[in-house]
Amino acid sequence: MREAAFTSWPASDAPTDRLDIIRARCPDIDPAMIADVVRAILATMTGDLSSKETALLSEVEELGRTIASAKAEIAAIRADDITGQHIPSATDELDAIVSHTASATNAILEVCETLDQAGGALQAQSAAQLQEATARIYEACSFQDITGQRITKVVATLKAIESKVAQIVAAFGPQDVALMSGPPPEAAIDPQAALLNGPQMAAAAMEQSEIDRLLASL
Amino acid sequence: MPIDKSMNVLIVDDYKTMLRIIRNLLKQIEFNNVDEATDGAEALSKLRAGSFGLVISDWNMVPMTGLQLLQEVRADARLKQLPFIMVTAESKTENVVAAKQAGVSNYIVKPFNAETLRDKIEKVLGHA
Repeated sequence: MREAAFTSWPASDAPTDRLDIIRARCPDIDPAMIADVVRAILATMTGDLSSKETALLSEVEELGRTIASAKAEIAAIRADDITGQHIPSATDELDAIVSHTASATNAILEVCETLDQAGGALQAQSAAQLQEATARIYEACSFQDITGQRITKVVATLKAIESKVAQIVAAFGPQDVALMSGPPPEAAIDPQAALLNGPQMAAAAMEQSEIDRLLASL
Repeated sequence: MPIDKSMNVLIVDDYKTMLRIIRNLLKQIEFNNVDEATDGAEALSKLRAGSFGLVISDWNMVPMTGLQLLQEVRADARLKQLPFIMVTAESKTENVVAAKQAGVSNYIVKPFNAETLRDKIEKVLGHA
């Protein structure tokens, strides 16, 4: 009841006006005492926040606004689509490429095998020419193995990206689960796995002649 | 003394297409007794059960890699002298060094040509 009595203040916010109202409504209370209490409270607050602390508080508030903004932006770009749709779709497409090139390569090899068989009925010179030609086709068909290994590396990279995006979504996304506690623990280094690098880009790859020299030097 | 081309050759690769390519290239140089395995474990099982004169293996396979296969072969009293050629896309220096340390007989980097394959086989079998 007492609180309700003070909820309607006059348009003026001047402290003297308010003290007049208190004096009118509660004649037993000395407004000077109230003024003393307020002054005492204000006195205890003196020096609570230095200018440095005020600046820090401001920075913290700004940081809070930035985090809220980042969360809103992550939610808006629908990052979960990357893990739920885009990357699975990309890996499926890459798998399809491997499958289709394997089918095409096998069809080419089948034709070559037929030509090799037919070469048996030819004269020696013609048979040799045909065999040389099919050997070159066999060599060229090894592209399927190389591209397959390269695509496997790309798929592994995509899956790593998918995992990282999922962690970001979990930390900052709409679900707003607890922040990540830190980077994932380093996996133990497997000496066998460390040597599985797959095909190298042309600039980094060694030629057969370089490998021959290296082997001979060991 | 000519190379005994009637010997059994084991080719190991997890890409069936590559097995087919190597088999056909071997056939062109008259190695007709060719068996296949698609990983190191299967290869080791075949090597222990059979009699082979040459292994031509890929490196990057699961669950047992070509390097592990080579190490197992060299650790096996009956197989340790078996000529072993690594045919792989792994072309880093550390790969060649690791293969050599494990006892590889020769090393061919993919993509390779028929001439390189023939040359290395002749070298490994001692008829270069």
